[in-house]
Amino acid sequence: MAILVVAAHDNKAIRANVANAVAAATKLGSDVHVLVAGKDCGEAAKAAAALQGVTKVLQAEDAAYAAWLAEDVAPLVVKLAPNYSHIVMAADSVGKNLAPRVSALLDVAQVSEAIQIVSADTFVRPIYAGNAMATVQTADKVKVVTIRPTNFKAVGGGGSAPIEQIGGEGSKGLSSYVGAELSKSERPELTSAKIVVSGGRGMGSGDNFKILEALADKLGAGLGASRAAVDAGYVPNDYQVGQTGKVVAPDLYIAVGISGAIQHLAGMKDSKTIVAINKDEEAPIFQVADYGIVGDLFQIVPELTAAVDKK
Amino acid sequence: MKVLVAVKRVIDYNVKIRVKADNTGVETANVKMSMNPFDEIAVEEAIRMKEKGAATEIIAFSAGPAQCQETIRTALAMGADRGVLVQTDAELQPLAVAKLLKAVVDKEQPGLVIVGKQAIDDDSNQTGQMLAALLGWSQGTFANKLNIADGSIEVKREVDGGLENVKLKMPAVITTDLRLNEPRYASLPNIMKAKKKPIETLAPDALGVDVAPRLKVLKVEEPPKRKAGIKVKTVAELVDKLKNEAGVI
Repeated sequence: MAILVVAAHDNKAIRANVANAVAAATKLGSDVHVLVAGKDCGEAAKAAAALQGVTKVLQAEDAAYAAWLAEDVAPLVVKLAPNYSHIVMAADSVGKNLAPRVSALLDVAQVSEAIQIVSADTFVRPIYAGNAMATVQTADKVKVVTIRPTNFKAVGGGGSAPIEQIGGEGSKGLSSYVGAELSKSERPELTSAKIVVSGGRGMGSGDNFKILEALADKLGAGLGASRAAVDAGYVPNDYQVGQTGKVVAPDLYIAVGISGAIQHLAGMKDSKTIVAINKDEEAPIFQVADYGIVGDLFQIVPELTAAVDKK
Repeated sequence: MKVLVAVKRVIDYNVKIRVKADNTGVETANVKMSMNPFDEIAVEEAIRMKEKGAATEIIAFSAGPAQCQETIRTALAMGADRGVLVQTDAELQPLAVAKLLKAVVDKEQPGLVIVGKQAIDDDSNQTGQMLAALLGWSQGTFANKLNIADGSIEVKREVDGGLENVKLKMPAVITTDLRLNEPRYASLPNIMKAKKKPIETLAPDALGVDVAPRLKVLKVEEPPKRKAGIKVKTVAELVDKLKNEAGVI
C-alpha cells in the first residue's frame, strides 16, 4: 500500500520539512503520495510534485483549507486514509495540531516525533525530553506517524510526479482563522539553518540580543533562544529551542549565556558542533559542548563577530 | 459554564530520570512525582476564568493509579472545585486517556476542556487534539492567550512562525503552551480546604472504555551520550578550532 505524506504549506510554497517527511516515507514504502490541501495551492502542489521519491500529488482545493484548520483538514485525511498503510507528517506546529485529530478519528494510536524507522511498524522516539529513547511497535491498520525532520535527510528536487485534483470536504464551521502575528526575519529559518546562534537568560535583556544578531548575520545563522529568555520576554516564542519548542540540529550551534537545562539540551544536542559561551564554568551546557569558552559574553561575542569571516 | 481540566501525574521536572536496567522503561519507584507543568497552566487558566466570572465550576480530572488523587488534590488546592479520578493500574496511552476524558465530558457537559499541550514524560502532544476529535469539538492548541466572547473563544496560538489567532465555536478543547500564564502556588489554608473537596473515583469499565495500549513498547534505552569537549582560552583559539578542526565556519 502507498504512504501518504500530508504537506504543510502556505498555498504558494511547501514547508522545507515536507522533504524530510518524504524522506521518512520512502523508508516505509516506494509508493509515496503527498496531499496538498489548500486554496489556490497549485504552486505548492507543483513544489511537492518535484520532490524526489514522490509518485503522486493529491491536490485538494477548498476554501475551507485556506488557513489549514485541523477541524476541516482532518476529515479529508480520514477519508483518504483507507488507501494508505501510513500517514506521515513532520512534527512541527502544523503536524502536531493535525495528526492526533486524524488518529483519534481513525481510532488508531499515533507515533509522535519518530527519529528512526526500524521497520514499517516499529519506530524509535524520544521520551522524557530525549533522556530516554523508546522503541515502539504499532499494530494499527493505518499507522499515523509524525517525524522529527532533523533526523531524516531531506530528499532533493527535480522530480515530476503527476498531480491529481481531488475535491474538498468543505468546512465543519467549528473554527475560523482570524490572523497571524508572524516574526519577520531575513535570517535563515531556525530548523533548517546550517548555523544557529542562541541566547539565554545570561543575555540580560531583549536589547542585548543585538550583539547576537550581529554575530548571526555575519555567519548567515538562524537566531534562537532558551525557554528562560523567551519567558523573560527578551524574544518571541518562535525563537525557543528545546523540548517544547523547536528541535534543531545544525552543523554549528553557538549557545550564549545558556546554562543548559535538560529541556534546552533536548532541542539542540544533535547539533554537529556545539560551542558554549558562559561565565559560569560549572554550567551544564559545557558537558555537551565541543568547545567551551568561560567568560563575559558581552566581550566574547563582539570579539567573535569581529574574528569570523563574513558568509 | 463548567470547565474541565485534566491533570497528569508525572516524574517531577527537576528529577534526572534513570532508564531501568532491563530496558523496560524508566525508573519510577521512589522518585518524586508532580503535576505535569503544562497541566498546572491549564488549572491556573480555569481558575482565572472563574475569578473573572466566566466559569462557574472547575472539575479536575486525572487517570491512573490511586496516587493520582494527590495530583487532583494539588489542583483542588490551587482552586478547582472537585475531582474525578479514573482509577486503573493499567498503562494509559493518549488515545485511551482521550476516550476516558470523553466519557467524563459526556457526563459532566463542560463548556470548555483545558489540558496541557504535552506531558513531560511521554512527550506525545496528542490527548487534547484526540479528545476534540472524539467529541467533534473545535481545538485551540498551544494556547498563548484566551478570550471568551459570545459563545466563542478566541485563541492566540504559539506556532512555528510566531503567533496565530483563531476563533473557535464553543464547546472547545484548549491545550496550553508555556506563556499562557504563570501558575500560582497553593496557600496553606487552601491546601487544608482542598482536603474536604470531593473526589469521585470511577473505573474505566464503568465508563465503557477499553484502555488496552495500542503501542507496544519494545524497549527503552539511554540516548547516545555526547562527550564534553574542551575549553578554549581565547576567541582566536575558538575560531581556529571551528575553522580547522570542526570545519564548520
